[in-house]
Amino acid sequence: MTKTKVYKPQKRGILVQGDQAVVEGALAAGVEFFAGYPITPASEIAEGFARELPKVGGKFLQMEDEIAGMAAIVGASLAGKKAITATSGPGFSLKQENLGFAIMIEAPLVVVNVQRVGPSTGLPTSPSQGDVMQSRWGRNGDQPIIVLAPASVQECFDLSITAVNFSEKYRQPVILLLDEVIGHLREKIIIKKAEELDIWERKRPALNERRNNFNPYQETDDLIPPMPDYGSGFRYHASGLFHDQTGFPSGKNKTAKNLMDRLTKKITANLSEILLYEKDVRKEDQAAVLSFGSAVRTAISAVHTARKAGLKVGYFKLKTIWPFPEEEVAKLAEEVDTIIVPELNQGQLIGEVKKAAGCKADVIGINDYSGLLLKPEEIRSVLEEVL
Amino acid sequence: MDIYKYLRKEKLPHIWCPGCGHGTILNSFVRAFDKSGLNQDKTVVISGIGCSGRATGYLNFDSLHTTHGRAIAFATGVKMANPELNVIVMTGDGDGAAIGGNHLIHAARRNIDLTVILFNNQIYGMTGGQFSPMTPEGANATTAPYGNIDRNFDLCQLTKAAGATFTARGATFNPRQLTNIIKKALLHKGFSFVESFTQCPVRYGKLNQTADPVDMLKLQKQKTADIKKWLQFSDEEKEIIYPLGVLNEEINPENEYTFRYQKIIEKTLEKGVL
Repeated sequence: MTKTKVYKPQKRGILVQGDQAVVEGALAAGVEFFAGYPITPASEIAEGFARELPKVGGKFLQMEDEIAGMAAIVGASLAGKKAITATSGPGFSLKQENLGFAIMIEAPLVVVNVQRVGPSTGLPTSPSQGDVMQSRWGRNGDQPIIVLAPASVQECFDLSITAVNFSEKYRQPVILLLDEVIGHLREKIIIKKAEELDIWERKRPALNERRNNFNPYQETDDLIPPMPDYGSGFRYHASGLFHDQTGFPSGKNKTAKNLMDRLTKKITANLSEILLYEKDVRKEDQAAVLSFGSAVRTAISAVHTARKAGLKVGYFKLKTIWPFPEEEVAKLAEEVDTIIVPELNQGQLIGEVKKAAGCKADVIGINDYSGLLLKPEEIRSVLEEVL
Repeated sequence: MDIYKYLRKEKLPHIWCPGCGHGTILNSFVRAFDKSGLNQDKTVVISGIGCSGRATGYLNFDSLHTTHGRAIAFATGVKMANPELNVIVMTGDGDGAAIGGNHLIHAARRNIDLTVILFNNQIYGMTGGQFSPMTPEGANATTAPYGNIDRNFDLCQLTKAAGATFTARGATFNPRQLTNIIKKALLHKGFSFVESFTQCPVRYGKLNQTADPVDMLKLQKQKTADIKKWLQFSDEEKEIIYPLGVLNEEINPENEYTFRYQKIIEKTLEKGVL
């Protein structure tokens, strides 16, 4: 299908929900394909793509279920399109098998999960950060994953571009992890114009390699094999079974280990680019609040008022939660005595913080899993206790 | 006819058991593809899990060996993303009619231009002989040791009722007919569904007193009849005999899903709603 119109975002300020900002960001990043299934609180993302994609010659598919939505974007990715889907916790559970498949065949794509309170159908219209571990380990087996968590509507726009970019560059599914409040919150955002955006494309093999014993999963120096579009004459095979460089299944243990090592390494070799965070910890600070997603808003507000009252506290805000920034958090643990980790769950990311901090700092969790946001006062009172 | 250009010769011999009918379907497929005149480089073959799932690995096309039951959903994404591609799904009775049954009927409902070839061996072969939705009532399976009480689908009727604009049934005892059917299915604009009976002497036959593949082929012949002949049968005969051939064909390319979506794209462009 010939593309009918290239989407060129114009610089403008708009008041939108986080869910809509994700749509704007994805379009700006060159997404041309959405397939999914309605689910609260992510349905606005599907609605946005249904409205916007045909205008740019892109395709929107409402599939028969969450599983099919995930499968369809893998298919679209193989056909050469930047593809995305959006869901919430229960739907995310259903997507896991085909997400594992996408990781195995290295299909660039983005899955948005607007978290709601679980388990099961839970509280559909309340915020939660309960899918931290589901996003990391929801599939069977070891595997790499990149998970980005925006804390504002502007970051929904910005990180949705980053998510698409990372997926293309690393041939790697990327999860954009919102929560209900970030998805439904309305804030003014600035859409950057096309020229100001840095948009990345997957590496494709040269067409003259088609008949030259082309290996679709060859071991290149950067560990990321060039990816041909289906229909461009390479006639290559992709399978969820362990495969060698040719793409065909291999039951050899050494081949299995080689592939696992490469899949892991292509991410760990690029941590300096992938790990996104903001840190404001002064020399004199004795404590830091480490947070991500909507908890960041509470955390930064608490830190600012605490500082005004003379408390020595800083913050560490994660935008990339997986891979987890172990070294950076280990360094933080050397700088402060206490790390406070507010989360809208019973304590999921805190385990990683504790692992990274070792015994160099006390790590204290503040948790709300009732469907409410944390209040700055709750963090403040813990700060007053420890400082 | 050079059928070997459609095969990945270095991947042969195939892994299917001695006497299995899947190779016959593959044979019919490559011959049908050759006769269809379609472009090999613009064709994608997609399969799921099970014995049928291995078919795509032997075919010299862009190929995708997906998860259990989901091949049609992957195929829908490929076709929608690039409607210029010929997209063919190879599935089985467990893969396509059980775990993937929902995708089958919804792809038929959309009338998206896919060709689905369902290898019906009436059993879960690869996992060792458990009953499938297509195992005949009364037949034995490892999970139906006292005889199967589950009723079957009539997959051609099912997909037709769901909206498929081409449905056909073939059998491995008659590869010439199967080849013709598949060729027509490949050229049909819209959702085309081909069910092919295929014998599984090792997993089905051994449990059901027909371990000899020749006996199984003879049985196929007894239990089927060409659609022209079948239409003359009494209602009682129709109950126990399956019709073979093209059973339903509606020609209306404008009713095809990607064509209809393209109309939406053109509509938004006319309005200039960017």
